[in-house]
Amino acid sequence: MKPDANAPPGPAPADPRPVLSVRGLSAGYGGRQVLENVDFDVHENEIFAIMGASGSGKTTLLRQMLGLSRPLAGEIELLGERVHPDEREALFRLRRQIGVAFQHGALINSMSVIENIELPLRQHTRLDRATIRIMSRMKLEMMNLLGAEDYMPAELSGGMLKRAGLARAVIMDPRVLFFDEPSAGLDPATADELDNLILGLRDAHNMTIVIVTHALESAARIADRIMIVGDGGVRAIGTLDSLRASDDESIRSLLERRTRRRELDGEAYIERLTADIDA
Amino acid sequence: MSGGPLSTPVAGLGRFGLYLALLAPHLLRPWRQPGAVLRQLHFIGARSVTVIAVAGGFVGMVVALQFHDTLVRFGAVGMLGAAVGLSLIRELAPVLTALIVIGRVGSAMCAEMGIMRSDNQVDALECMAIDPYGYLLAPRFIATLIAVPLLTALFNVVGIGGGWFVGVVMFDISGGAYFGAMADSVLGRDVAMDLVKALVFALVIVWICTGKGFLMHLAARPAFGAEGVSRTTTEAVVAASITVLFADYIISALMLRQPGGKSPWEISGPNSASACSCSRVSPACSTSP
Repeated sequence: MKPDANAPPGPAPADPRPVLSVRGLSAGYGGRQVLENVDFDVHENEIFAIMGASGSGKTTLLRQMLGLSRPLAGEIELLGERVHPDEREALFRLRRQIGVAFQHGALINSMSVIENIELPLRQHTRLDRATIRIMSRMKLEMMNLLGAEDYMPAELSGGMLKRAGLARAVIMDPRVLFFDEPSAGLDPATADELDNLILGLRDAHNMTIVIVTHALESAARIADRIMIVGDGGVRAIGTLDSLRASDDESIRSLLERRTRRRELDGEAYIERLTADIDA
Repeated sequence: MSGGPLSTPVAGLGRFGLYLALLAPHLLRPWRQPGAVLRQLHFIGARSVTVIAVAGGFVGMVVALQFHDTLVRFGAVGMLGAAVGLSLIRELAPVLTALIVIGRVGSAMCAEMGIMRSDNQVDALECMAIDPYGYLLAPRFIATLIAVPLLTALFNVVGIGGGWFVGVVMFDISGGAYFGAMADSVLGRDVAMDLVKALVFALVIVWICTGKGFLMHLAARPAFGAEGVSRTTTEAVVAASITVLFADYIISALMLRQPGGKSPWEISGPNSASACSCSRVSPACSTSP
């Protein structure tokens, strides 16, 4: 499926070679194909938002980009390296340069917050204990979580879990950060705080950031480009303004938060309600 | 999806085989995670000591009671130590230790892996370039392979003590006769069988219990959330228990096979020489070595 708008990102990419390149990707799970022939690029130092309705394949796409699931077809290149779950050694080398913040934090629940944040440093560096602790506290301070370092994950609120997950994701100063649903389930003030953190990471640390979200306000505020996923593929890619100017009514509806009009077919409606029910 | 009726179990076996193959290189480098191995040894071994000691003591006592009642009828009560020692070392200690470890530790390991899989914690480790096979699973494998033989030895010692209490303290058999008969009857190969069983059972327990939880999302009926973890844990405990009992028969059959004798899998007729199933502790057995 061809995107109807493929305008350049807000800040013009300095490097023509994309940080992330997806070509002809088809993916699914449990014998069901969710995405077909997906193509897009993410450029250096941009914030790229992937949006779409629930069940549109956003999370499936994220898992593919992280090498957590095997594609049915197509290629993904991240930082110039091929991403494929079967090439574990290469994948682990590549993953040292990226950070991933999961929707619910995905903190290891047998470790305290600070132990979770220290984990990548303890596994991948030879830094001494004190340096690791100071570096971890710097990230916690950045996330406004310094008082929660000895808490266990089960003791944290949803917003704190997300921020702790983000602190862990950026502890190694990754080149690319993936963030799954940064605003989901958060109150507006906390969501706004997270948006500021994401902008700060891009500007202060030169990170390329890919966020998967269905929060339009957040995406409109922080994303340089937005990709809309739906109907098994990419519906559109572009800046918010270019998408709002799209000819496609459904894209404009999604961005204007209008519900899709559904024609009511009475007979089909009754049939759906009474399916599998013996009279 | 296609495939015959065997495709699901074959695929399951394949997944478990691949799981072990991916894990094997990490098992050869136990020094990579000494702290994690020690923590698991504490959880699997040290915290199982009380339940193993209590179970071993009572099993030894009840075995002595049962054998005493039988041996008295044949005037062979002096063989009580041999009967208790052989029963425990060859059979009861490794099997019952394994079943207790499955209930206490195997179920916990399976549930922990299942929850970690369900909550994306395993994916998070992968994304941090931390191999979950080396970080999560290898310490559990190494600790189980060390702890179960030690717990089996503890079961043996306490069980023999329980048998001594019943035989010597309650029934006035002399301590010398009890331990003398045991020392004469228990051979090196009996201790070897005990150790082989303990090691094989340890591998079975940790392989099935961690594997079921870790591969929960790939099961024939994919499991997620609390219901999935609960179902997977039940399946793991049942599968590990049955596999331990099956492996017990196979190891016994292989290690008790007499040189040049019939295969333990052959069914003998009533007149067959190898139909004699009595142990060498019985004076009536003419074929004992």
